[in-house]
Amino acid sequence: MKIVILGCGRVGATLANMMDRAGHQVSVIDYSSEAFQRLDPDFKGETILGNGVDEDILIRAGIKEADAFAAVTNGDNRNIMASQIAKEIFHVKKVVCRIYDPIRERTYHELGLETFCPTTIGAQMLAEVLLSEPTAAKAARQDEKQ
Amino acid sequence: MYIIIGGGGDIGYYLTKTLLNQGHEVLLLEKDAARYQALSEELGEAVVRGDACEARVMEDAGAKRADVVIAVTGEDDDNLVICQMAKRRFNVNRTIARLNNPKHEKIFQKLGIDITVSPTKAILSLIEAEIPTTRFVPLMKLRRAGLDFVELRIPAESPTIGKTLREINLPRNSNLALIVRNNQPIIPNADTVIQEDDEIFALVSPEGEDAIRKAFGALG
Repeated sequence: MKIVILGCGRVGATLANMMDRAGHQVSVIDYSSEAFQRLDPDFKGETILGNGVDEDILIRAGIKEADAFAAVTNGDNRNIMASQIAKEIFHVKKVVCRIYDPIRERTYHELGLETFCPTTIGAQMLAEVLLSEPTAAKAARQDEKQ
Repeated sequence: MYIIIGGGGDIGYYLTKTLLNQGHEVLLLEKDAARYQALSEELGEAVVRGDACEARVMEDAGAKRADVVIAVTGEDDDNLVICQMAKRRFNVNRTIARLNNPKHEKIFQKLGIDITVSPTKAILSLIEAEIPTTRFVPLMKLRRAGLDFVELRIPAESPTIGKTLREINLPRNSNLALIVRNNQPIIPNADTVIQEDDEIFALVSPEGEDAIRKAFGALG
């Protein structure tokens, strides 16, 4: 599968490494060349330096042939705009967009974008841990260690 | 009218002042603390500190009763989100976005932003119009009418010189609005004769642009 990832931060780089190791054809875009140092030394995919809401940069990353696009920069609005370009202009089949702001996430989800909100997911997980029985939490911790 | 403006840069500031002077109710939102301080000294209560991308800020600003939301920050992604959130969450009827990159016009239109304004493109057109060798200048887009307002200068080799407009085959959906000859405006009719160096102002559909350039021999 051909995958374009926008944003080479912790999440973007981890995702890119995972997909690369799984044998997919990966392109990663970031406006800082230093960000690419987060990629594995044997990363076989492409790195593109530039602004992810610029159509020319997306084309250089191969968006026209891409099967999937993930927007994971640290800017909600940049992710939203890039995802909409991928979906509406380049008709990428699978587009997923990270949005930190829960209200914005809900709005764009309603507008038909596939979105996920680390804020809500993280808070939910924390709440579950906090409210769970101490023994269960202990067991979960042990599970994690194994 | 109640107008909310997002982004207190130079454009946001002058726009707020102009609209206030015209008697509108205007609220300017600026997220940067220092810039907000500077603006509030002059604009007083017409400026509020906050990010226009945030639904809560817009809610407090009374976005639900806003007639128009205008996004003029320096970032196109912010302007897009301000307008889309205003439309989707607050049912604002008219949204206007500043485009910093003229290439984003297509995606903004596709995503339902009512009006886009591109200062970069406008400045380019104005400069082009002042360069005498330029034969064809797109002046502005009338989006709802689906027409462009263009300027042509008739070159010496134009096949239309000496002909009346009746004799010239103009593309459909085009209309000559004005001819400027020796700094004199002429409202053209079917019997108007074209001369060298005439400046022609025409309304034309985007598909008809090539045809009108060919018709007047203004290909340069």
